[in-house]
Amino acid sequence: MRHRGDHRWSREGQRETIGRQPPALPRRGAISRTPSPTRVPERGDHRDRRDGLTFDRSGTNRVAAGVAAGIGERLGIDPVLVRTALVVLALAGGAGVALYLAGWALSREPGGDPAAGGRAAPADARPARREPAQRQLVALGCVVLGSLLLFREVGLWFGDALVWPVALGAAGFAVIWTRGDSADRARWAAVGSRFPGNPFDDLFTGRVSLARVLLGGLLVGSGMGVFLLANDALTFAAVRNVVLAVVVTAAGLAVILGPWMARLARQLADERRERIRSEERAEMAAHLHDSVLHTLALIQRADAPPEVATLARGQERELRAWLYGRTAPGGGERLSTAVEAVAARVEALHNVVVDAVVVGDGPMDERSWAIVHACQEAANNAARHSGAQRVSVYVEAEPDAITAFVRDQGKGFDPEAVPGDRRGIAESIRGRMRRHGGTAVIASEPGEGTEVHLRVPMEAA
Amino acid sequence: MSSAGGEVLGTRTRVFLVDDHRFFLSGLRAELGAEFEIVGDGSDVDASVEGIRRTGPDVVLLDVHLPGGGGRAVIEGVHRINPEVRFLALSVSDAAEDVIGVIRAGARGYVTKTISPADLASAIRRVRDGDAVFSPRLAGFVLDAFRGRLSGPVDPELDQLTAREQEVLRHIARGYTYKEVARRLHLSVKTVETHVSSVLRKLQLSSRHELTRWATDRRLV
Repeated sequence: MRHRGDHRWSREGQRETIGRQPPALPRRGAISRTPSPTRVPERGDHRDRRDGLTFDRSGTNRVAAGVAAGIGERLGIDPVLVRTALVVLALAGGAGVALYLAGWALSREPGGDPAAGGRAAPADARPARREPAQRQLVALGCVVLGSLLLFREVGLWFGDALVWPVALGAAGFAVIWTRGDSADRARWAAVGSRFPGNPFDDLFTGRVSLARVLLGGLLVGSGMGVFLLANDALTFAAVRNVVLAVVVTAAGLAVILGPWMARLARQLADERRERIRSEERAEMAAHLHDSVLHTLALIQRADAPPEVATLARGQERELRAWLYGRTAPGGGERLSTAVEAVAARVEALHNVVVDAVVVGDGPMDERSWAIVHACQEAANNAARHSGAQRVSVYVEAEPDAITAFVRDQGKGFDPEAVPGDRRGIAESIRGRMRRHGGTAVIASEPGEGTEVHLRVPMEAA
Repeated sequence: MSSAGGEVLGTRTRVFLVDDHRFFLSGLRAELGAEFEIVGDGSDVDASVEGIRRTGPDVVLLDVHLPGGGGRAVIEGVHRINPEVRFLALSVSDAAEDVIGVIRAGARGYVTKTISPADLASAIRRVRDGDAVFSPRLAGFVLDAFRGRLSGPVDPELDQLTAREQEVLRHIARGYTYKEVARRLHLSVKTVETHVSSVLRKLQLSSRHELTRWATDRRLV
């Protein structure tokens, strides 16, 4: 290493932070570049970015959106004073709420300015924002309540009979649907991204959920009660109508969503089955790895007859391909599997060892088949004529071309004075590559082995 | 280059074997005993770490798959006490994630168990001398792992291979020995070894997340 640039130093610093994580996951932590969750943006990070009317909301000290703390920070007074003032103003006709909203509109998200805060990635700030969830909920409720009072005062109002029940009901739903702890939330995020089976399964499991459902139900119920009372309609007939309406609606929803739910359930079952199958497969693979693969390796190392060694090598290759193979999603042949198959065929045919290395991969098309077949001809050729015990095949797939090298360390030959049959094979390799717009170069010297270099251009994908 | 035999300053190279297959262990002992001093062996993580700590070998021949945490756990356990011990990973498995994983844990090379005894001996000597041992397959894995464009910040010191390093790796993947690579690229063998060691360092230190993703992508087992 010659230079240690600034960038490198900053990376070192980051790695140090990662190193301080609990020792439970040392390797994962060292490998991935996920920012450490302990890194909370300092309050002073953006203090010097003052211009005009705007200010930064606080990322760390927030009840609702961090506006009060932001104002306090900007003006140099205790945020609690700002909050008190806002609450008092909110109760006095709702002006505090309007002020708060205006403040929010005028302020900036902490670290959200890409020009000045490029290094403070949003991912860094997010964990801090989630912390005071409960406080924030209460605050949010107060803000909503304040807004409602404000609207009522101003006259933008549908009437007490409608708004209050709706608000109560909404609060109830919010309580039911708000996931308390972060594990819950993470599970919901995961479930949501993969299409849930039945969300209510999750809803009614766990002790905390039960309390939440009861509370939420109570709120929703009282909301409905208030609505009915306010409309002077709490009679038996009204209740019956409501129940009937709910049942009919539920039935309608079931008809609409039924097939969808069924599909989700089936999908989930499939997933579970697939997981069980892959676990079984992993177990079997571990067993085969520890037993059969080792035996095959031992046979190859022992002084076994060449045919037995070749057989063992072929079986090892097959087993390895099955255990670790990169299979295509559709099960079709890919470049890596096609090259491995060529190596196996040449090995079985000529009792030589073929080392196949494939860099990059992709589905097969006419041109990649052409180069794979040319590789096979070249490898057969090397095995038959060079006298070498080992043939190396290297194939690299790049976006614009596939290149391949087939090499032996055998006796080599003078390309100028080739016997007729070899020239024929060389010509067939060249011809095959030419037909697909590619090239074939055969480099050999007596005593130096032979290397065939193939290249075929690919259309840009 | 290494001396022909296992002799360094009159003492034989001390080798410790870690493998949970008794057959394989006895085979290795018989093969390597003539040239190297086999100071001990272990067949699980704890016993191996303890044995290596006690005997202080020059080179540990390490099976990637071991009960109790795998070869990586041995490397990490030993390097906490003595970072000087050099490891050469040996496995029947060619799963890319195993190979990359054990190298990233600190092994200086990787060979498969089908390697010939002579090649194994020369790989041990190379590791003893502080060089890296790249088989064609490992070179292919590394080229594969460092391919593609990076998203996010790039540290050219760690996250990318230089054109020269790629060229050296490609030649190794094509089946050329270090000596042949040196001759073809008009370099000294020492320079080729430097390039390969530098690739090893990048492989171990790069936090290039593609490297991690690449390994997991290929994990079917």
